[in-house]
Amino acid sequence: MRDKIFYGLSAATALLLIRNLYMIFMVLPDELNQGAAYRIFYFHVPSAMLGMSGIGIALIFSVLYLITKDFRWDSIAAGITEVSMVFCTMFLVTGSLWGRIAWGVWWAWDPRLTSALVLWLIGSGYLMLRRAIDEPTTRARLSAVLSIFGSVNSYIVWKSIEWYRTQHPQPVLSIRNGGGMAPGMEATMYWNLLALVMLGVLLVMIHMRQETMSRDVEALRRYAHAL
Amino acid sequence: MKEFARQVWAITGKDLRSEMRTKEAINASLAFAVVILLLFSFAFDQSSDEMKTMAGGLLWMVFAFAGTLVLNRSFVREVPNDCLDAILASPISGAALFLGKAIGNFVLLMIIEMACLPIFSVFYDVRLTAQPGWLAAVMLLATWALVVIGTMFSALTVNMRLRELMLPTLVYPMMIPALTAAIQLTTVLISGEPIGENMIWFRLLAAFDIIFTALAVTFVDTVLQG
Amino acid sequence: MSAGAASSSASGSGNDALLIDGVWKFYGEYPALRDVGFRIAHGSCVALLGRNGAGKTTLLKILAGLSTPSKGRVLVDGADVRAQATRAKIGVLGHGIGVYDELSAFENLRLFADLYGVPNPKKVAMEWLERTGLERVKDGLVREFSRGMRQRLAVARTFLHSPSVMLFDEPFTALDDRAIAVLQSLLKDANAAGRTIVMSTHQIREAMELATHVALIGRGELIYSGGRTQQMLDDPGWLYRTYGESS
Repeated sequence: MRDKIFYGLSAATALLLIRNLYMIFMVLPDELNQGAAYRIFYFHVPSAMLGMSGIGIALIFSVLYLITKDFRWDSIAAGITEVSMVFCTMFLVTGSLWGRIAWGVWWAWDPRLTSALVLWLIGSGYLMLRRAIDEPTTRARLSAVLSIFGSVNSYIVWKSIEWYRTQHPQPVLSIRNGGGMAPGMEATMYWNLLALVMLGVLLVMIHMRQETMSRDVEALRRYAHAL
Repeated sequence: MKEFARQVWAITGKDLRSEMRTKEAINASLAFAVVILLLFSFAFDQSSDEMKTMAGGLLWMVFAFAGTLVLNRSFVREVPNDCLDAILASPISGAALFLGKAIGNFVLLMIIEMACLPIFSVFYDVRLTAQPGWLAAVMLLATWALVVIGTMFSALTVNMRLRELMLPTLVYPMMIPALTAAIQLTTVLISGEPIGENMIWFRLLAAFDIIFTALAVTFVDTVLQG
Repeated sequence: MSAGAASSSASGSGNDALLIDGVWKFYGEYPALRDVGFRIAHGSCVALLGRNGAGKTTLLKILAGLSTPSKGRVLVDGADVRAQATRAKIGVLGHGIGVYDELSAFENLRLFADLYGVPNPKKVAMEWLERTGLERVKDGLVREFSRGMRQRLAVARTFLHSPSVMLFDEPFTALDDRAIAVLQSLLKDANAAGRTIVMSTHQIREAMELATHVALIGRGELIYSGGRTQQMLDDPGWLYRTYGESS
């Protein structure tokens, strides 16, 4: 059953992504001020939403693990964090490229990019921690606590960087000109957000399977040593 | 309650006594701080006005780097002779153990910071006495923020084999909001301006302290006990 | 081979000193302890035997409240071992000596007296320094002590709060003869005074002399548990041969 869901979802995601790419590159016109390069926005914004919210969503599953000690919650939390790191990286890279084209610089300290960078560092700390612990129960327990700390901090980081940049303004990457986008653009952006969410879910499912197998291998290793 | 206080005090006393006897961490930390201050003075031109805007940032970077030398050792000092197990087997609660160590670390960090301030003032020609009350408040709040994060993560990583590598990577990103606030406030205070709209940073520091102390006290048992 | 879960003879009324009930401990998917359950009455001295890796240390850590069982529970005198008040009744001596190198002998004992809420901590600390023959080096730093002195200090730390339950993980390992004598006499006195002792050890001879009961752990399971018989005293290797797995 689970496999059917997985393959069904993969097919749907692939189709949706192809449809979106067609829309993005073939159908929609160039944007007024920024020319063709703005199309990166269709990936830049959704990956921001997914990348930044991931750590907050993982919090729920980390807490669930600590309460129930069921490894499935730990697998989901780890999967969501890892996948949101992928999207966060995508956000940073697309932001860098877009900034280069729009302003001529590879990096700009705008609030969202800066927050994303800090979240990326916190997320990579989480992934490194998981890598460094072999024993599954300890790994789940410690990464759950780290996830809670990182998640609470992510909100504080976001707020503090926003305040800082309010006091020290920087240009902001966006294509909203005076509060609106052409209707076709907005719709396509949300379609692409959906496609990326579906992709994210697929990746988390794959990751969960990997986590289960890794725990089984670890148990087999211990059995082997005990003999 | 009284028992809690006694246990906290016993741990703080033990850590401070132990550190003062060897002075390993505090000497390394002070030496490191002075070296960074010196190196930065070569990197930047003190006479420029820009120096005034950067002074706050510089000071807190020195405190953060030198401070983590002390904070990293926090739970590591319990590892030899299996002392951590002996302590955890006693009736002490995780909260009391954490607070005892955090307070001890706080004292050590304040000593290092107090020693750094005159050096900083001299090297960079900065007047620190402009608004001493406010500056003291910033130092107390921000130092506690560093201590809470550093002590907690020292507990989290105490049994890990890659502890030395992991700690800086985990700890510095977590400290960013508190450091940002401290830097903002210190820069404003040193330049002699009134706090004004920067009060928001004070509130951030206070909120950070309260939230993370509460989280640490709640979860320290979870990370220490297998 | 037989999975005898016979409980030790109960003496005394009320709660058992230790009740181990359906304890499992998983490391990931691997069960280090499997459904271990037995009762230990007040005043017993239990020798916990088993090969390396059988699960003795894991079980002792759970009994000491240092580790949480994945399933099951441990009660000390009727109360959960993880409660703070319960831990005040337990004394633990593990592989490490559990005293700080940079503190003096007196400071170490004073610290633990404070943590355990012992009344008159200074007096009690001095008393135990005398009983373990360390009063002359009370202000010496532990890092300058000889191995035997460190072990005696560790023993003092374990006993100073008059725990009713004492847990020892291989206490005789690498002790010099003076320390062994001190420990044996303290254990005999403690047991005579009604304290409950659980001791894991490879020194079967010393264990059998002191023990009133015996428990054998193998591959995470409780293989045998019961009173210490005369046969076990005469032929210490009998238990392993009869119940132990090959080797």
